[in-house]
Order: sequence, then structure tokens, then C-alpha cells
Amino acid sequence: MRDVSHLMKPMQDALRPAGVQADHIGSLWNLTLGLCTLVFILVLAACLVALWRAPRADAGSAPDLSSLAGPERRTWRVIKWATGAATVGLLVLLVGDVLTSRALARLPLQDAVNIELVGHQWWWEARYRDADPSREFSTANELHIPVGRPVIVTLRSGDVIHSLWIPNLQGKKDLIPGRTATLRLRADRAGTYRGQCAEFCGLEHAMMALLVEAEPNERYEAWAAQQRQPAAAPGDPVAQRGHDVFLARSCVMCHTIAGTSAGAKLGPDLTHLASRRTIASGMFPNNRGHLAGWIADPQSLKPGVNMPANALAPDDLQALLAYLETLK
Amino acid sequence: MTVRGDTDQRARGTWPDPTGPGLPPGAAQALERTWSDPPGIVGWFSAVNHKTIAKRFMVTTFIFFLLGGLLAVAIRLQLAQPNGKVLSADLYNQVFTMHGSTMMFLFAVPVMQAVAMYLVPLMIGARSVAFPRMNAFAYWIFTMGGIMLYVAFFLDIGPDAGWFAYVPLSGPQYSPGKRVDFWAQMITFTELAALMEAIVLITTILKMRAPGMTLNRMPLFVWTMLVTSFMVLFAMPAVMLASTALITDRLVGTHFYNPGEGGDALLWQHLFWFFGHPEVYLIFIPPLGFMSSIIATFSRRPVVGYPAMVLALIATAFLAFGLWVHHMFATNLPELGKTFFTAASLMIAIPTAVQIFCWIATLWTGRINLKTPLLFVLAFFAILLLGGLTGLMLASVSLDYQLHDTFFVVAHLHYVLLGGAVFPLFGAFYYWFPKFTGRMLSERLGRWNFWLFFIGFNVAFFPMHILGLQGMTRRIYTYPEEMGWGNLNLLSTIGAVGIALSVLLFVVNVLRSRRHGELASSDPWGAGTLEWSVASPPPMGNFPLVPVVHGRYPLWQQPVAPYHVTGLTNEYREVLVTSVADAKLDHRLWLPSSTPWPFVAAVATTILFIGSIFTPWAIVWASVPVAVAATVWFWPGRAITRRRVETEVQP
Amino acid sequence: MNMPDTKRDGRLVEDGRVLDVSTLPTFAFGHRSPMWWGTMGLMLIEGTVFALAIMAYFYLRSHATAWPMSRFPPELIWGTINTAVMLASAIPNEFARRAAERLDLQKVRLWMVVCLLFSIVFLGVRVLEFTTLNTRWDSNAYGSAVWMLMGLHTTHLVTDAYDSAVLTTLMFTGPLEGKRYVDVSENAAYWYFVVLSWLPIYAVVYWGARF
Repeated sequence: MRDVSHLMKPMQDALRPAGVQADHIGSLWNLTLGLCTLVFILVLAACLVALWRAPRADAGSAPDLSSLAGPERRTWRVIKWATGAATVGLLVLLVGDVLTSRALARLPLQDAVNIELVGHQWWWEARYRDADPSREFSTANELHIPVGRPVIVTLRSGDVIHSLWIPNLQGKKDLIPGRTATLRLRADRAGTYRGQCAEFCGLEHAMMALLVEAEPNERYEAWAAQQRQPAAAPGDPVAQRGHDVFLARSCVMCHTIAGTSAGAKLGPDLTHLASRRTIASGMFPNNRGHLAGWIADPQSLKPGVNMPANALAPDDLQALLAYLETLK
Repeated sequence: MTVRGDTDQRARGTWPDPTGPGLPPGAAQALERTWSDPPGIVGWFSAVNHKTIAKRFMVTTFIFFLLGGLLAVAIRLQLAQPNGKVLSADLYNQVFTMHGSTMMFLFAVPVMQAVAMYLVPLMIGARSVAFPRMNAFAYWIFTMGGIMLYVAFFLDIGPDAGWFAYVPLSGPQYSPGKRVDFWAQMITFTELAALMEAIVLITTILKMRAPGMTLNRMPLFVWTMLVTSFMVLFAMPAVMLASTALITDRLVGTHFYNPGEGGDALLWQHLFWFFGHPEVYLIFIPPLGFMSSIIATFSRRPVVGYPAMVLALIATAFLAFGLWVHHMFATNLPELGKTFFTAASLMIAIPTAVQIFCWIATLWTGRINLKTPLLFVLAFFAILLLGGLTGLMLASVSLDYQLHDTFFVVAHLHYVLLGGAVFPLFGAFYYWFPKFTGRMLSERLGRWNFWLFFIGFNVAFFPMHILGLQGMTRRIYTYPEEMGWGNLNLLSTIGAVGIALSVLLFVVNVLRSRRHGELASSDPWGAGTLEWSVASPPPMGNFPLVPVVHGRYPLWQQPVAPYHVTGLTNEYREVLVTSVADAKLDHRLWLPSSTPWPFVAAVATTILFIGSIFTPWAIVWASVPVAVAATVWFWPGRAITRRRVETEVQP
Repeated sequence: MNMPDTKRDGRLVEDGRVLDVSTLPTFAFGHRSPMWWGTMGLMLIEGTVFALAIMAYFYLRSHATAWPMSRFPPELIWGTINTAVMLASAIPNEFARRAAERLDLQKVRLWMVVCLLFSIVFLGVRVLEFTTLNTRWDSNAYGSAVWMLMGLHTTHLVTDAYDSAVLTTLMFTGPLEGKRYVDVSENAAYWYFVVLSWLPIYAVVYWGARF
């Protein structure tokens, strides 16, 4: 497995923007928070002062009906001014929102990376698009993107409504079956950002995360070049045995490993499984122990997931794991 | 000169006539007999007196509130720690679906209609609501629908697609079985009940006000119920259509929501939220009426700005129908359209702001009687205010892109629903409990109730704002430890326990006070509106002397001649019908007295609704008993018709 | 000298201290009657349902590449005939309403029976309409929308026919009093609603797919 200990811990936090889009929204947040806090303090203070200064009475005190005789002009003046101030505050918020919307729509898109994301119950299918079709490749649940270059993510769904949310980078967008949506973002600081499905999509909605690795462009291009390669043929006999186990068992009914005869697309593409930090859609570390448990009985880790249990002889399982470790 | 109503007179039943002889002998007993419910089991099912039905309705909705609260505690126990094992994923999804559905459909709107059903006739000087049997039918239908949903839940076939049941998840392909069908049919039950109650309230308010109670003199609470009821007429049909289309998609293969055959997943969202946004105002507007009633009484003065308050209610009602897309900002609808809904969502804050300013002005210029009802009402100014401000944040499309479907929204919705509706509702219970039962709730327990609720609420829900901003999405049954959300979730759970304890205190207060509470006079709070002019609890016919009204606060203002009405019989349930705007006399009507047919018809309708979950043919065969029941319900009796003809005066 | 109308204003008695309402009528027509308000409320509700269903039809159409999605739009013949029958039924309906407001029992009986005959015809033709819609509810979203509109309206036709049948029977068997004439008048109003609400639905179902 890839040694990931040197990388930063994944972040999933809207208050720590790492990209221009989240920055724009963050600025609007600061303005709005400030204004709303001010209003809250003023109105609450008015209420508390009213209570503090008003004389006390009880049920037997005669009520004051002077307001029924004529209008209360001073009171009305204050109410009108307060309403006017409230309206101005609302207009400020509206203008702020419109300006932020415009800023979000004006992300420069030259030299963009194009990713097509298809949401499934409960994992993310990704296809990196290119003008040259031979440079396209598929992966799942972990995206790498270059720092400083825009990324255009096309969003579709294979079943129910999902929502892509990577709070450090951008707001969210729904993946709706029958429709195609687009999310435009850019990472401006390197790091590992965690995203999560943000629209209730069924039993394991809670376990549908994805990782976004933002890295300098050269490292991104190196990663992409590697992803484009088909899986290397297994070197040692144990891995060869694992390769045979993979092709003989039900794995091939759902998974693709480019460079082998396994080409099904019902589950995540495993061609470069070993290059990913996590399994089960961002939920568990990608190491031997977890992978063994996942393959043997995915239901014990993520009940209801669409992958069946696989009763493998221990030697077969170890060989399979050794083979999967070669899929870097 | 300001004069408080004479409590002696009210106790003797001679108010508002200061020099008159009051009731003739035997009249009060005849009135009581005529309007009472019959005894025995059959009698219990035959009751149609609006106060009887309203009390049952309030108790039933409160039971659903308690059930929904227990579900909330279950959610909080599961989320208190990362990787919680209290509830499995499947059970958790059912629990949060049931919590939302219970609170929104089985508690929040119906309880407001229930309280109104009790108070509105008393506030407008009427002896009944306009359609007593339909009122009873609505109660039974509501209750049976709620029971159906819970039976399904306890049989482990409860709905699990969220209270909002987005398609395609809730459609036939991804939610097989009958779970979602029970949810969709529960909608049919509860929306039918709400629509009927709305018709009853509108007709009662417009046609049965005491003579002299022009629209301009109506209590603000009655205005809120009028406005809310009109909103119900336009909002509920949207969810009924949406859920009917969902049922047909699931049961007989229609394709409304199936993109593969020309349907659209967003059609559901549009229809649902066109109902769903006004729905939260159905919940929010009646408590604005509680606020006005309580603030006036406990500030010892009329609420500032009656016309502005009324216009604010009407403006809020209209605007509420123009906001629904703000629930759909994360979809791929056109951006320009979304900004329109931001503007509308911001604008609706203005009428609410006007109301808040008027209430604060009332408190500022009044003399305060700081009792428990007022405490609960004051919580609005902290909690609803904060919730409304986070609402402004969510109204912005750009901010919503980050905040939508996170715990920030959970925080917001609970701040507005509890701050704007539940706290004032508790204030209303403390305020009107003496009127309903004849006894005061304990003031000491009330204060404990209040402070525990207020503190528990903020401890439970404020951390959720932060959790949402820190990335915690909604409707997740657990979360990994490394996210760092554990501490705030634990804090929130502690707060939830505090809320549960405070509600327990309330229940204790109610049960103890029913037996041992201080006896209440007709007007223990020194209030100004008509419900306080009659005994606590009121006689079964509400008003021994139907008043003639000359001002907004009849008990505070000097009575003016003519003081009251005569000539209504006490031998039958006779009511006075007046004109819409000025409550001028129009005619008299005999309303139906007790009958079991609303209950029977509700049972027949329940069989129709539940049957059609399983087969479309149920609509055909089950409509026969419904038709029979409705026909017998309607069919007039010979004896009563003969009496009516004998006493008939043609128009 | 202008005498106060005690039927409208009651009488002031006891030196003007008390308002005597015993001379007021015991029933009234039109918007004076609570039943009218109940019926209006029902019309607002059902009208909203129809309006939303029509909007759903056009919403689905706006997302469709071909409309109707099934090959042919509904045949015009039965729907158009039924529209004519329903519009014609407004005539006996109006006569029934006026007779009720005049408290003329004979005419009420006559015109309500005529209305019932019309209802038998339009219910029968409605069955024929369903057989010539050229689409099924489960063919596609277009078919679903068409059947929903037709189904909603047919439900109203059936319930209105049943209500009217019950009321007509009552007008023959009794027991009768003034309020029953108000019921006839309100039933007539509801009948108008069912007929008039058909017009936009007819336009959408039969013509909406031809443009």
C-alpha cells in the first residue's frame, strides 16, 4: 500500500477555505455573520431593556387603554425607522449574495481538468475526460486535482439523488437522475480534502465520502499518467495466483481492471486500487486488514452495500490481497 | 375611562349587562343540557361539541409530540458518539423519518388547529363552530392516520425515506415494499383533516362572530387562524397531489417521477416544497396570535399597531407561497431564478420584523406581569430571532451552497420551529389551561419547566450550527471519530436530555394541577378578550348571554348598550349567523347535536385509504361504505325537521 | 316613517339594553349561508388541485422532446361531446337553483331529476372518453398526467352525481325544511364548479398535445 503518513489529515470544513470558490462564499459568510450578530444583539437588547425598565403589574392592575383613543406617534416613528433599517440590512445581504453568485460564475476555465462524476448508492464513479480519448481514465472515490487549475465536474446519477460536497473547496451540487449538473472549483492550497454525499440517498448515505487530493501540477500529471496505464501484469507467483482468483470469482461480475479481461462497471474501477488511501467510498483505510475484511464480508463494515460476501480460502484471500497491492 | 370587566358579574353569568336581570331561571341548565355530550361509550363517539373535540385533539397531538420527542432522544443517543451502536442504519433512517413526519404532520399544524378549535368560538362570542360534525370527522380521520403510521413503524414497516421522501429514493425501484406507501397515505389522512379544519375555521370566523365584532375588532389570534386557514386551502393540495402521484407511481406504474419515461425527479420537489414552505408558516403564524394575546394581557395594554399587525400577517401569508425554491438551491435550476427566491426569502423577514417591533413597543410602554406564559413568549425574542437570522443566511444561494443539508439547517429549523411555535405554544398552554380546565398550572413548576427548556434547547441546538459549518451533513446515522464532531454532538445530546426533562416537568405540572391546582376564576389573568368573560371551564354552550361587541378588548372597555343578545333558544343548538365584514345580524341556525356518524364515516374512510395502499380496486369497493355513512350522516331526522318547520322564519 | 327591518336587524328591547334576534330568519341563501362558505372552500381546494395538476402536465411537457410521448393525442369526439353535455346540464342546474331560492318544491324536483339524467349521460360518455385517450397511465409520464387529470375530474363527476342523487331523493321523500332548499342551491353551485373546472382540463387533455 502507498505510504500516506506524510500527507496531511483530510479536512472537511467550510470555515477553512482552500480554494477560490469557498473563499468567495467565506467572505459572504463573514459579512452576513457580522450583520446578523449585530441585529441579534440590538433586538434582544431592546427586548431586555423594555422588560427591565417597565413597571411591574399584576392581573388586577387596570389596563392602559390610552392607545385606543389616538395613534401613538412616537412609537410609530421608532417602528418605522427600525423597519427601514431592517430593509436596508436585507438589501445589503441581497447585494452581497448577487455579487458572490457572480464571482462564483466567473471562475476562469482555461486549462481546466474535466471530471465526470456519477453518483451511485453508495460510491462515486469518476471518469477523467480529455479532448484526446486515449488520455481518458476511470477511477472511484478518490480524485486528484492540480492546485491552481480549474476543475469542471459534471454530475450525473445512476440511481437516486446524491449531492457532492467538498466544503473546503466549494458549495454543494446535487446529482439528479435524468439531469446533468456542473460544479466548477479550483484548489488554491495543496492538501487532502474530504467530501461527503449531502443528500439522503438510502441506507448507507452516511458512508459515502470521497477524498480530493490537491497537489502541484507536476505531481498531478504524474498521477494521471499512472492512472492511464493498464494494470501491470503480476510479477511474482503469489500475485499471479491472486490475479487468477480475481478472474475466476464473482469479482469480475462488477469490477474493471484495465489490462485484464475484467470489464464490468457495476462497482468501482479497481485498476489502480492500491493508489487510493481509502476503501468503501472514503470510509476505511486502504490496508491489508481492512481490505481483507471488506472482501470477505462487506456487510459487516457497511451493511446493505451492494457487494456480496466472498468466502475465500485463506491462501486465496492472501494471494488476492497481494495481487491487489500491485495495482498502484 | 378604563373599566375592567366585573368578575362578579362574570361569575354570576350576567356580564356584560351591568343593570340587567341576567338569565331567566332554568336557562343556564337548559343551555348546559342542550350543548352537552351524551354519556356512555356510544356517547363518547358521538360527541360533536367543539370544546370536547378540541380537547381530544390537543391531547392527541400532544401525545404525538411526546412520541416525536422520544424519537429525537433516540437520534441524539445514537449521534452522541462517533460510530454509535445504539441504532442500526436501517432503524436510524426509520427513526429520523418518523421524527420529522410526526412533528410536522402529526403535531405542529394540527395542534394549532386544535387550540383554535377550542378558543375561536369563545373569542368571537359564538356558541359553536360552523360545522360541528365535520370538525369531529376531521379529528377522527387525523387520529386514525397517525395510528396507522405508528402501527406500521412498530411492525418494522415504517417509512425510511425522510419526512420529505425525495424521489427516486422513495419511488418503487429504490423503496420496495409498503413503507413509503404508509407515509404517503398518512399524508392523505392528515391533509384531509387539516383542510376540513380550515374550512370549519374560515366559516366560523367569517359568519359566526357576535354582533358588533367587525373584522377590525377581532382578536389578533383569530386573524392568525383566518389567514392560516386560507393558506391551508392553497398549500395542502400540493402535497396531496404529490403524494397521490407517488402512490400511483408505486402502486399502478405511473411515471410522474421516473426520468426514464419522461417523468422528473424535481417535479416531486416542486410540488412538495410548494406545500412545504407554506407549511412552516402554517406552524409559525398561529403562535404569532398567541404572542399578541399573551403580550397584551401581561403588558396590561393593547398590542401596538393592530392594523399593521394584521397587514403583516397577510403579507407573510402571501409571500410564503413565493419562497419554495429556496429548498432546491443545490439542484441545477437556473441561477437567475434562484436569486429571485433569495430576494423573496429575504423580503418575508420584513413583516415579521414589524410584528417583533410592535411587540417590543408594547412591552416597552406597558406594565409587565412576569408570569410563566410571558416567559415562554419572551423566549421567542431570543430563539426565533436567532433562527430567523440563520434563515437569512440560508436564503442566500451562495451561502446555502455550503449550508444546505448540513446540521446548520437542523439548527436553523429547530430554532424557528421551537422558538417561533413551540415556546409560544407552551406559553399558550400555561395561559389558557385555566380556561380549559378551571385550574391554574403551578407557577413554580412553570418556571422550572421554562428555564430547563430554554437552557436545554440552546445547549442541544446551538452546537449544531458549528457542526454544520465543520462539515457534518444531515441524515447520517453515524460519523467517523477523526472528523472531530464527537464533543459537540455529545453536548447536543445532553441538551436534548434537558429538553426531555423539561417536557416531563410540564406533564407532571398538568397532571398535578388537574387535581390539585388552584381554582381559576373566569378571568385569572385580567385579560381583555371574550373567552375570559365566561366561567373556567366554560359552560357547554359557551355564552349564557351572547354578547354584543363594541371594541377590541370588550372586558377592558366600558360595556355599551345593547349589551347582549336575547331570543336564541336554549332547547336546541341554535346559533347566530352574522355578516362577514361588520358582523351585523343575519339569521339563526340550528346546528346538529351529537351523532356517531362522523366517527363511522371516518372508520369507513380509513378502510378506503388503507385498502388503497394495497390495491387500487379498494377505491371502488371501499367507497360504498363511505357513501353509505356519508348519506346517513346527512339524512335529516323527521322529528327535528318537524320542529324546524314549526319555528321557521323565511328569509 | 322608516320601520326597522326586524328580520335583518333584530329588535332592541329592554330600553335598548338587549338585542332580540327571535325575528331573524332560520335559514338564508347564497353567501349569507355558512354552507356557501363551506362549498366555496371546497372549490378553492379542488380548484388548486386541478391547477397544480395542469401545471404538472405543462412542466413535464417542458422537459419532453416529443409530446405526446405516446403516438397519438386523445380522440376528440367523446371529450367534445361530453363538454357539450356538461355545458348543457348547466341549464337544468340553473333552473333547479332558482326554484330552490323560490322555495318551489315541484320545480326543484323536476329540474333535479333532469340534472340526474344528464349526469347519467355524461358519466357514460366519460367511460367512452377513457377508452379513446390513446395512452395508458403507465405508458409514460404524459399518459400518467393525462390519466391523473381525467381521474381527478371523474372523481368529482361521480361524487357530484351521487350527492345530487341523494338530495333529489330527499326532495321526494322528505323530511323537508327551509335549509334543504339551501342545500339544493349550494349543490347547484358545486355542479357549476364541476362543469366549469372541466373546461380547462378538456383544453389541456384534448388540445394540449395538438399544439
